Amino acid sequence: MKRFEIFEHTADIGIMAYGVDLKEVFINAAYGMFNLITDLNKVNKEIKIDIQVGGSDVIELLVNWLSELLYYHAVEDIFFKEFKIKNLTERSIDAVAYGEGYDETRHKILREIKIVTYHQLEIEREHKRWKAQIIFDV
Amino acid sequence: METMESSSNILWFEKEFMNRDSWLGPLVKIDQYRWEIPKSFKEGMRVPGLIYASEKLLSHIKMDMTPEQVANVATLPGIVNYSLAMPDIHWGYGLPIGGVAAFDIGADGIISPGGVGSDINCGVRILTTQLKLKEIKDRLEDLIQNLFEAIPSGIGSKGNIRLNEKELKEVLIKGSKWAVEKGYGEEEDLLHTEEKGALSGADPNNISSRALERGFKQLGTLGSGNHFLEIQVVEKIYEEEIASVFGLEKDYIVIMIHSGSRGLGYQVCEDYLRFMQKVSEKYQISLPDRQLCCAPFNSPEGKKYFSAMAAAANYAWVNRQCIMHWTREVFMKTLSASPRDLKMKLLYDVAHNIGKIEEHLVSGKKISLCVHRKGATRAFPAGHKDIPERYQKVGQPVIVPGDMGRGSFVLVGTDKAMKETFGSACHGAGRQMSRTKALKTTKGSKVIEDLKEKGIIVKSANYGTIAEEMPEAYKDVSEVIDTLHYAGICKKVAKLRPLGVIKG
Repeated sequence: MKRFEIFEHTADIGIMAYGVDLKEVFINAAYGMFNLITDLNKVNKEIKIDIQVGGSDVIELLVNWLSELLYYHAVEDIFFKEFKIKNLTERSIDAVAYGEGYDETRHKILREIKIVTYHQLEIEREHKRWKAQIIFDV
Repeated sequence: METMESSSNILWFEKEFMNRDSWLGPLVKIDQYRWEIPKSFKEGMRVPGLIYASEKLLSHIKMDMTPEQVANVATLPGIVNYSLAMPDIHWGYGLPIGGVAAFDIGADGIISPGGVGSDINCGVRILTTQLKLKEIKDRLEDLIQNLFEAIPSGIGSKGNIRLNEKELKEVLIKGSKWAVEKGYGEEEDLLHTEEKGALSGADPNNISSRALERGFKQLGTLGSGNHFLEIQVVEKIYEEEIASVFGLEKDYIVIMIHSGSRGLGYQVCEDYLRFMQKVSEKYQISLPDRQLCCAPFNSPEGKKYFSAMAAAANYAWVNRQCIMHWTREVFMKTLSASPRDLKMKLLYDVAHNIGKIEEHLVSGKKISLCVHRKGATRAFPAGHKDIPERYQKVGQPVIVPGDMGRGSFVLVGTDKAMKETFGSACHGAGRQMSRTKALKTTKGSKVIEDLKEKGIIVKSANYGTIAEEMPEAYKDVSEVIDTLHYAGICKKVAKLRPLGVIKG
């Protein structure tokens, strides 16, 4: 199963993240988002950050999860490539994100993501897999 | 541990429309350039929608479902006259981009972060000069290279201005005035900036520490994506007298700067989108789209967002002011010329993602409105008290950047705009091709080569951005401009052709 796919959107960019369960979807959504930002093959696992966020429902939770990672990326110049979810409920996530600080000799930034948007945001279970569609304001 | 797998086949949706291929709702033709979405189209619409577009532009608009968003906005409390759409309209989150909506503050009219946008006070300014194209033709490469080196641009770029928290908060309150006091420009620059470069009512205490953190690093940076600095030449004059008042003359050089509030603005938007979701429930505002979350302007929450938005807007004005100052310095140094030789004057600076408090005549009465312009520019007419003295007789300059291949325009606001669109016009060309498609269609290096053949120099740190920003990814801005010109909303004054571009 693919982890994610990038899809067309007029002025912005979207991803469809897949997973066998919701945890995996959350992981692959984050992975997909950072793939939009840089080539994660060039990113090592040097840094570890604990991420705990909440949301009033699972949609808001997904937006808040991605936004939190984006915030660390923007302020600390970190790219995240791997994620381990310790606990996930409808309203909260407790996870660890692994990545590396920006090294201009090795990392190329592909694009800047301004915010994670709610528009066309869907989390859906179809047959044997889950998928989430998210669009980013770039 | 509670997980989602225990619920069987539960679907969570944020569905905002029924049919994704093309909008099939009713559009009543008022005339060649005006199309109405009747109030009866959607339950909850308090006013009709009104789209300004030629037939050609309208077909694009329908394809990305934008009329649905226009209709959604019409359901918000306190909306006055119409939910408006400019000809460059395209899908956004909440309010569409190119959307204008005004709310009666005295009648529980709302304010909405999604109605302003993530890049708060993304805007554009033009510097006029005394330089003729033929004088600097051979120096263009040097100018572009030196500008590229002097002005931080690109994704993740850091500014050179070091501030502590107290100083940053001053930036957020004082706006452009702070910059001029620190030596980044002249007093006269303030007179020719919308709101004189500072929206009053800004309160940095309503900005999160996260937003402030992002603000420290990026003051005085151009940004990336569709932000740019362009050296342009005045190619055509449509209104001689008005152009003369604006200081625009054929074959003379101008510089256009397009940038916004950077990471600070995005963080403020994100913080308040989250904040407002809960607040809409409190005020029992029914939302057809989550991203239209809002509060009555006169509520504590509404005022809180406005004060944060104003602070972010002021940051953007300081940003553009500093970039303009460095542009002046580069020109003087590169050309070994004095300020008197170059006479680089700010024509005007306009915001195109902002919420303003303005008085407008509605059904014969003057009322105070919260006017949201998201991807739309203010376009006030001659005689309006809020436009600079120099432009009182002619009207406010309206600056509309096109794409880097085809050029940009300067227009002027009209009485008709004041009457029909709360004194608003379009902001740019609007995209017509997705970024992923643009990346598949071409490479940054090819775009640069093609533009070089046309005599346009492009400098950027990121070829991917250049590909995404290829001219063909945008609608033809002339079509957008002509729609508003023939609809009487603004008048074309001058066309500008790009010569050199810096993109982040």
